[in-house]
Amino acid sequence: MIGDAGFSTRLPKGRLPENVVHFVRALRACGLPLGPAKAIDAIAAVAAVGVTNKADFRDALAATLVSKHEHLAVFEQAFELFWRNPRLLEKLVASLLPRVHGRTGHEERGPELAARVAQALLPPRAMRDTGDTDEVELDAAFTFSSREILQQKDFATMTAAELAEARDAIARLRLPLPAWPVRRSRAARRGEAVDLRATLRGMMGAAGAAAPLAWRRRERRPPPLVVLCDISGSMDRYARMLLHFLHAITNDRHRVHVLLFGTRLTPITRHLRHRDVDVALARVAGAVSDWAGGTRIGACLAEFNRRWSRRLLAQNAVVLLISDGLDADAGEGLAFEAERLAKSCRRLVWLNPLLRYEGFEAKPAGIRALLPWVDDFRAVHNLDSLRALAVALAAEPGPRSPGRARHRRSAMHDFRRPRA
Amino acid sequence: MPLPATVDETLALFEAQGYVAERRLATAAFLALRLARPLFLEGEAGVGKTETAKALASGLRRNLVRLQCYEGLDTASAVYEWNYPRQMIEIRLAEAAGGIERETLAHDIFTTRFLLKRPLLEALAPHDGRAPVLLIDELDRADEPFEAYLLEILAEYQVTIPELGAIRASEPPIVVITSNRTREIHDAIKRRCLYHWVDFPDARRELEIVRRRCPSAPEALAREIVAFTQALRERDLYKSPGIAETLDWAEALVALDRVALDPQTVADTIGVLLKYQDDVGAITPDVAAALVARVQAEGIRL
Repeated sequence: MIGDAGFSTRLPKGRLPENVVHFVRALRACGLPLGPAKAIDAIAAVAAVGVTNKADFRDALAATLVSKHEHLAVFEQAFELFWRNPRLLEKLVASLLPRVHGRTGHEERGPELAARVAQALLPPRAMRDTGDTDEVELDAAFTFSSREILQQKDFATMTAAELAEARDAIARLRLPLPAWPVRRSRAARRGEAVDLRATLRGMMGAAGAAAPLAWRRRERRPPPLVVLCDISGSMDRYARMLLHFLHAITNDRHRVHVLLFGTRLTPITRHLRHRDVDVALARVAGAVSDWAGGTRIGACLAEFNRRWSRRLLAQNAVVLLISDGLDADAGEGLAFEAERLAKSCRRLVWLNPLLRYEGFEAKPAGIRALLPWVDDFRAVHNLDSLRALAVALAAEPGPRSPGRARHRRSAMHDFRRPRA
Repeated sequence: MPLPATVDETLALFEAQGYVAERRLATAAFLALRLARPLFLEGEAGVGKTETAKALASGLRRNLVRLQCYEGLDTASAVYEWNYPRQMIEIRLAEAAGGIERETLAHDIFTTRFLLKRPLLEALAPHDGRAPVLLIDELDRADEPFEAYLLEILAEYQVTIPELGAIRASEPPIVVITSNRTREIHDAIKRRCLYHWVDFPDARRELEIVRRRCPSAPEALAREIVAFTQALRERDLYKSPGIAETLDWAEALVALDRVALDPQTVADTIGVLLKYQDDVGAITPDVAAALVARVQAEGIRL
């Protein structure tokens, strides 16, 4: 485009490149995924816009170093701190490392500096983790000052026998969703459409004689899966097993997203992606702050509908809602949000551990609000029920009937009997 | 048209095309041109991402080649396709003429004469003028296999057609990628690009855009429209109105011969601004009246 590949040789002299490299390093410590190539890009960008205008300088760095909207806030805070006094930020990051990453490092922070660290670096962190810009300040204050008193569940307390059982059975569990035809096609012996390109090639070989037709068939792919899992107090007994299950299905295939909810929504897909189940669950434990607390299903679904549904449900996702339906808000606003959720996904499956009890009845308001909108309602309380779930999901569902609510009500009679 | 040499020139270039850009976007665009990197624009629908590419193309006097993404987008619709009917006719003609040399025929029907260029090839193939602006619109709608393919194109600016060999851009196109963030684009793509988050405009810029794009709207009305949309965006809506909606609304009100907002008109035309039933329901006549009163009392906050 500009024809001169000589940018790297025409880098600005002096301390600027060095400082940019330091800045990239500081951002990396703040959690931005930046490789060495990014530092070179940033230096080239800075060289291109010059350093006469601070805003341009900042924008040039932002264009090269930020690649996610969530990272922008971290970048801006770090920028303000660093380019006022580079030393300060480095110190802040260094002093924060043991706390944030659990690493041991040099401990030279004074109490006064620690407070500033909290102010400068924690808000953006909190923002990045929740992906939610509205509650940042409140959350940050909460996470930092009362970290110790938060009820964070320690997964290490799981007994060896439990672990062995869960691992063996659940790690092998797969969740086969029925594959759906997509627009992409590939060559097949018996297909739906003639593959003109391959046929023509065949004709070249046959030269004059009749060439056989080559065929293509539509490819099929399983739809994305979004799991919303309740981790409130009443679900506590099942949560461990379910997290193992979620880990297994997250690592089994692409396009699985998992969010936990109690009083608020926590996306944990990134944490669950770690191959090692222990590491993954430890990270989840670190990310969740409302473990075994209350449930506000309506509010959490509302947050999901507002902030996540357009990002996660775009390509015809199937949603698994794992919850006992016991809602602290007594089902307030739940029916409305459940309707919206059901209408934005291909299929809404509700997994409820309470369903195993004989004589289960949809008395609680939360359950009654949800029930009309789910396509499928199943038990989830032991390994058998998880296996049954896998079988049920693999079966091709019929089209949604317009009288879904009525259909559900009649199906309620079946639920009185315990299922396998 | 030479590439702009400074951020200010880039800003002026957008300005000249009637596109009111914020300085931040101009910086990202300038760097994309200067460093020959794709420009990745992400943001809510209707904030002017596609317009950026159009303004860039017309400002630089380049062709705009647009690839609209969708799930299952494949090489046949994105890169190239052979013109099979013509090829078959050619074969039949050769057969009818008799004495066909199989090798020659095979060679003849797989030439550029029978090649249908799709956007990506169109953007890479050599052309007389300058390299075009390649707009890859709504990449989040495409699936992962296409993303992986795109990665290859962006790395080499080269397409390989088995029957023809590699076609390489003599001058790489200016690439603009947009995403509505209905899913996260893979980091590998973003890493190669200059990223810019396109936000809703502030009141000053939005007013400027309305003045430019809808000159028939009286100044007082334009101010009220902008103040009203800005106030709407502060509310908790599923989908806040974008600039595109603001402009549509301005044109709608002009078409209705309104010179000022009134609650009834807002209630009648709210469907131009809000596209979700829940959002429309949330702006009840009372809420709309209160908003109109506020907007008219406070005026626009610039």
